[in-house]
Amino acid sequence: MTILDARANAIRAAALRAAALLALAWATAAQANVVRDDLGRDVRFDHPPLRVIALLPSITETVCALDACDRLVATDRYSNWPPQVKALPKAGGLDDAEIELIVSLKPDLVLLSRSQRITDRLGDLGIKTFALNSDRYSDIAHNIRVIGEILGLDERARGLSESIAADVQSIAAGAHRAHSGRAPSVYFEVDTAPYAAGPASFIGELLTRLGAHNIVSSDLGAFPKLNPEYVVQHNPDVIFVSGTEAGHLAARPGWATIRAVREQRFCSFSAEVDDTIVRPGPRVADGMRALADCLERVSP
Amino acid sequence: MSALRPGVAELDLPLFAANTGSRLAAWLAACIAITLLLTAASLLIGTSSLETSLGWLLNPDAQSSVILWQIRLPRTVGAWFAGALLGLAGAIAQGVFRNPLAEPYLLGSASGAALGVTLSLLAADASLGGLAWAGKLGVTGAACIGACAAIALTIMLSRGVLATASLLLAGIVVAFLLSAVTSLLLLSKPDVWRAMQAFLLGNTGFLSWSSVGLLGVVFIVCLLPAVLLSRGLDALSLGEDTAQSLGLSLPVLRLTLLGVLSLATATTVGQVGIVGFVGLVAPHLVRETVSVNHRQLLIGAPLCGGALLQAADLVSRWIIHPAELPVGAVTATVGGVYLVVLLWRRNRHE
Repeated sequence: MTILDARANAIRAAALRAAALLALAWATAAQANVVRDDLGRDVRFDHPPLRVIALLPSITETVCALDACDRLVATDRYSNWPPQVKALPKAGGLDDAEIELIVSLKPDLVLLSRSQRITDRLGDLGIKTFALNSDRYSDIAHNIRVIGEILGLDERARGLSESIAADVQSIAAGAHRAHSGRAPSVYFEVDTAPYAAGPASFIGELLTRLGAHNIVSSDLGAFPKLNPEYVVQHNPDVIFVSGTEAGHLAARPGWATIRAVREQRFCSFSAEVDDTIVRPGPRVADGMRALADCLERVSP
Repeated sequence: MSALRPGVAELDLPLFAANTGSRLAAWLAACIAITLLLTAASLLIGTSSLETSLGWLLNPDAQSSVILWQIRLPRTVGAWFAGALLGLAGAIAQGVFRNPLAEPYLLGSASGAALGVTLSLLAADASLGGLAWAGKLGVTGAACIGACAAIALTIMLSRGVLATASLLLAGIVVAFLLSAVTSLLLLSKPDVWRAMQAFLLGNTGFLSWSSVGLLGVVFIVCLLPAVLLSRGLDALSLGEDTAQSLGLSLPVLRLTLLGVLSLATATTVGQVGIVGFVGLVAPHLVRETVSVNHRQLLIGAPLCGGALLQAADLVSRWIIHPAELPVGAVTATVGGVYLVVLLWRRNRHE
């Protein structure tokens, strides 16, 4: 091999390297993904994030349902499903996230809910955040699609959304068949104040899909504090209430006359099942099934 | 705080007695009339429209009579008794501590009640073995026991009831300490936040005839010794030394009155949660309108407090019906505005 040959080889190798770099740059640019979050910010992803922190249980569940649980490096303290996330570091709660822990874990993405104050703080510290609403039924499909897009799991996201929609539809159809025409009127007590779940809340949306008639009208908002006489006046067929409180309802003034109380038509759920009912996440079909089963069992 | 007049006793001065007496009589009559009016109005105000309620009154069916006589009437009567107990407790607190800003919760009862309720909610929620007893008590019992325990702790910390300053200080310390424990507990279980909030802001929604019975009995039990000891409060307002030189046994006087104060506050907190400002404002309203001695104040403040809480309850259920506002938010708003006006007027006069 002459010196000239060697030089030509070197030049060829350099050219090849340059071409490869260019191709990589082009490929990265093609993959760069700009996604708008629920705060209206355009967030740019040069590559799918591999170290993700989720700060809302429903978002944690969505990430895991997309088979990306292994990308999570921490969650908020309330995320408890699937069971393997319980072993992850807990980065605080919704409004008291532990900034220091989050920074030390060097995430390339923090998924959080829209109302969180820490979005700005993390942004200042150079950590990429993406805000998502998670209060309504429609947020489930939207969040699955968006998180799938960010994580580069679009296909999986589409499949997941379709299977959830199919499950929900079949449970709703079954529920409608079960009470064939006569919709049971329901009152869902969130707690004893009494705060109710109105049709505008996620729980209310599920009940509406099941064909139940919510005694709370939608203009009262998602979780109105009701005057207790409202429930007596609207005389619901079924009451959703915590197991411990169910036994005390008859002692409230006038409530012994309510049909559901008189005939003991109550639905109460364990904490685990409750999670599926109150979290707008990928387990929505489980939550709906629990609601539908109980409605079918206790409805007049 | 010189802007607020302390509980000055106007010892029987014959020259003014007749004039004050008739003004006081007129004032008390007005309070009673307002109460009766509010009670009647309360039958018409609820989740239904005025016309519907009127129809129910004229042609009651089974359901509407339950709403009128089992829900609306006990609610408004119970609110009156709760307000009356707060007014009485406020008048006693201001007299015993000789401080116009003293109020029923100043011995830490509110924070103690809040902690009790939190424990009971947590226990009911998580069926924790060690806390099962708290769950069984329910919110009412837990609040009452929490309030009593906090007051006992305050009195223990200040080593008795004689030293006013150390009692007040102990009350503040206990309140802060118990609030901190409550916050820490709530942090571990955010689901009970809302129920807790509902308690902290007061709730007259579930007052039944049995609550009315309990509040009524406690009211009489509290009113009698308070009125009997009113002379002592008059003497006390001239200073502790003067009171003692008049032959009063200060320990007995203070212990009895603080016992009455504790019973009144703990019972009210258990039934309606924490309702701020009624206990503070009611005695001031009486003193603002008529000059009184403590016997008259101890009768006037409950009448005024009862009407105040009744009115606040009506506002809370009417303003965004069929939903309702927490009654404590209404009393705090109205009471706060009243105190601001009072301060401003005093400052201008001085």
